[in-house]
Amino acid sequence: MNYQLLTRRVVVASAMALMAVTTLPAVTLSAGAALGTPPTQGDGTLSSIGKGEGSLNLIAWEGYAQPQWVKPFTQQTGCQVNVKYAGSSSEMVSLMNHGGGHQYDLVSASGDADLRLIYGGDVRPVNMKLVPATKNFHPFLQAPSFNTINGVHYGVSYEFGPNVLLYSKTAYPKAPTSWSVIYNKANKGKVTIPNNPIQIADAALYLSKTTPSLGITDPYELTQTQFNAAVALLKAEHPLIKKYWDLASQEISLFQNGTTTVGAAWPYQTNTLVAAGAKVADTIPSEGATGWADSWLLATNAPHPNCAYKWMNYVSTPLVQAQEALYFGETPANTQACAFMNKLQKGGCAAYHANAPESYFATIKFWKTPLPTCDNGQNNCVNFTQWQQAWTQIVG
Amino acid sequence: MFDQQQREAGAALWRRPWLRAVATLSPPLLWFLVIYLASLVALLITAFFQVDSLTGNIVYQWTGSNFSQLFTQSVYATIIWRTILMAVLVTVTDVIIALPFAFFLAKVASPRTRQWFIALTLLPLWASYLAKVYAWINILSDKGVLPDIERTLGLPVTHLAYSTVAMWLVFSYLWLPFMIMPVYGAFERVPDSLLEASADLGARPWYTLRRVLWPLVFPGVVAGSIFTFSLTLGDFITPLLIGGSNANFIGNAIYDSALNGGNLPFAAALAFVSIAIMAVYLVVARFFGAFEAL
Amino acid sequence: MTPLATWVLRLFAVAVVALLLAPLVIIVLFAFDRSNVQTFPIRSWSTQWFSVAWHDGAVRSALWLSVKAGVGATVIALILGVMVSVGIHRFRFFGRDVVSLLLVLPIALPGIVTGLALQSAFGLVAVQLSLTTIIIGHATFCIVVVFNNVIARLRRTPDSFMEASSDLGATPLQTFRYVTFPLLRTAIIAGGLLAFALSFDEVIVTTFTAGAQNTLPLWIFGAIRLGQQLPEVNAVVVGVMVLTIIPITLAAKLSNGETSVKSPR
Repeated sequence: MNYQLLTRRVVVASAMALMAVTTLPAVTLSAGAALGTPPTQGDGTLSSIGKGEGSLNLIAWEGYAQPQWVKPFTQQTGCQVNVKYAGSSSEMVSLMNHGGGHQYDLVSASGDADLRLIYGGDVRPVNMKLVPATKNFHPFLQAPSFNTINGVHYGVSYEFGPNVLLYSKTAYPKAPTSWSVIYNKANKGKVTIPNNPIQIADAALYLSKTTPSLGITDPYELTQTQFNAAVALLKAEHPLIKKYWDLASQEISLFQNGTTTVGAAWPYQTNTLVAAGAKVADTIPSEGATGWADSWLLATNAPHPNCAYKWMNYVSTPLVQAQEALYFGETPANTQACAFMNKLQKGGCAAYHANAPESYFATIKFWKTPLPTCDNGQNNCVNFTQWQQAWTQIVG
Repeated sequence: MFDQQQREAGAALWRRPWLRAVATLSPPLLWFLVIYLASLVALLITAFFQVDSLTGNIVYQWTGSNFSQLFTQSVYATIIWRTILMAVLVTVTDVIIALPFAFFLAKVASPRTRQWFIALTLLPLWASYLAKVYAWINILSDKGVLPDIERTLGLPVTHLAYSTVAMWLVFSYLWLPFMIMPVYGAFERVPDSLLEASADLGARPWYTLRRVLWPLVFPGVVAGSIFTFSLTLGDFITPLLIGGSNANFIGNAIYDSALNGGNLPFAAALAFVSIAIMAVYLVVARFFGAFEAL
Repeated sequence: MTPLATWVLRLFAVAVVALLLAPLVIIVLFAFDRSNVQTFPIRSWSTQWFSVAWHDGAVRSALWLSVKAGVGATVIALILGVMVSVGIHRFRFFGRDVVSLLLVLPIALPGIVTGLALQSAFGLVAVQLSLTTIIIGHATFCIVVVFNNVIARLRRTPDSFMEASSDLGATPLQTFRYVTFPLLRTAIIAGGLLAFALSFDEVIVTTFTAGAQNTLPLWIFGAIRLGQQLPEVNAVVVGVMVLTIIPITLAAKLSNGETSVKSPR
């Protein structure tokens, strides 16, 4: 379908973050025109934030609703926060779909879920005037194409970061420099990776550097041959896997127990383990890393819109952005968060690249939904349904 | 006056038993038909739809593709067999443990001991299922309780956490009380005099056990096995929490399709596989008279 | 039986009970672990997690929701469960076997099927997921529990009691109120307590029928996946276990050695 081609372009454009802010509106405009309009584009937005409804229902990643910043929010606004944790973008999309759409107010979706939510009509436009802190966001996160279509904002950018290689310092006194450790036969039963189809992109990214003959340029846009190679790599990896982790806590437990020594992780796991005194560290190997760029998106039928706006405002402020960044191990959208990060943790700003230029953003291969249409317009790429099916085959 | 009316209404009801039957049975049956059976039918219908791969919304167009995918991709056969095998293994394990234990409770223990042991057997049912599974992770993990005991005793250290053996242990543990209770009930219903008669007639204990006791207890075993089998068949949390790298069960496939994959139709098709398995099991169980022992 | 065999059996039984209780002991122990990443032996002890749990608003609202769901499901299950058991026991009618099979289905079929079926049905008729949908899901399998308890009692009660009552001129309602109900009372209470306990701990069906609000088991699952507050989970579970000792004792006293199958869902 034609709109998929253009969706693809939008996603590519955003994820690679190659365009400057000035070209962004042009790209999204042309894309949006052919994509059709999101079902909720014409929906009105709040013109002012009223009294809170007393409660707020979130779908969030683990670590996105910690008491450190949720408690003050509830005290300030009277909005009681209910959180449903989701472990994958797909789970977030289906929670938004199946909750009847009247359950949740906000979802902290990553770039790969955003377009599915926007074009599925599950989320509605946001009045950015009511979220003034976004003015201080990195320019490339003020209206990124993964949450802004036709100049209409469907969400407020939050934080972004890379998926890292977590390793035991006992087993690896020197940091591994390549993802090859998780594919190395010597590590039988010592490896853990996420139970998530998007993991195929990690294999593809690795292959793009180690097997250039495959010609992989984008780990989310794979021809059948490239896709098969990535799947074969992951199937060969199966005997090395101790567990495909579903919950962040499982990887934490696996490393704390010394059961696994190397694995694909979020910085969240590293931070939790280090805080508990485990001898682990993480690194971004030479092949680079996949990653996420999250936004808070407003549900179309949000039952508590005022509390939702209050939350979007609150989490955009530098202090909360800094707290979240340090807690999870990611980069905040708000440029003013840097100073707060240094205040909370010495060298915190630099450690999580809060002051890094846009070029850092460009090094991460952000999650996006694999679609059949490649950038070359040849329609020979493997779509996400096939990714999911292949993943079932890999995990068995 | 009111009393009179009531009496007449009562008399009318008494003269027409079917009216009373309808009055007592229709509310619960309507609940089951309208809510439960209708939902199952709705699920069957959903299994013949598909989802839009971009938006995850259901496309209401008839298709058999979910079922053909289920039967052509070998991975689902693997998942289904793995689940059935585990369900059988857990059931057999629980039968082996429950038979002597229930026999002890019903026929050997003093009434006081019996009361205590029954209470203690049921106690785990009142603790959170999730907390119990998590407790097993704490027991089996490499820095958990069991390896610690093994090290202290100088035994070889086991690495059971996140393995198929761990799933087998945890499932057998979780469902054991559901096997013990019906088996105990069955033993309890066997009069002691029957066993004495058998012995008086010259039967050896083993013969009495096999030819007198076992046929009487068997329906209880089948009744318990319905629980252990069905509970294992439909679980996804235990494999997720404590399974290893080969821990995809039917329940997980359903959960992944429905919630992670956003593919309710495919999940529905998978659900029907487990309904079919259970239907076969129930028909067999009914044949052995298990429902009377429930 | 030979004394030796008796002793072997006794030892075996003690071992089984020890095995059944061991994880509960572990739950209690780890509630006092200071570290949120749990390893054994526990390195430092603390009672802080009980205070954390006590002051946690999410725990309180989850607990409250679970109580509401449990009470709602139990009330429905009691009313419908007693009706259906009295009906099935009293009347012989065509399809009676089908009805008893139908009643067993929600516990015989895997919980994930019940949950998915209900969720899909709620979706089709555009019913929003809420406390009501949780209660509907729970009541559906709780009815069976009440049914099992009550029908077991009815089978042991001579029909002549009820017949005598109606022969003496009592209306069916009077018979139920003054004869049947007092005979069934303890079975009803025991069934109701069990139904409540099952609803209170249910997680699989609830995963599919709950909306944004968490019941206690859903909160526990969230806490487990977060991995930041595991001892708090243990503390909450210990608290709940201590609280449930009261109904267990009651149920044990009331059912008085009478057994019936308890369904987990």
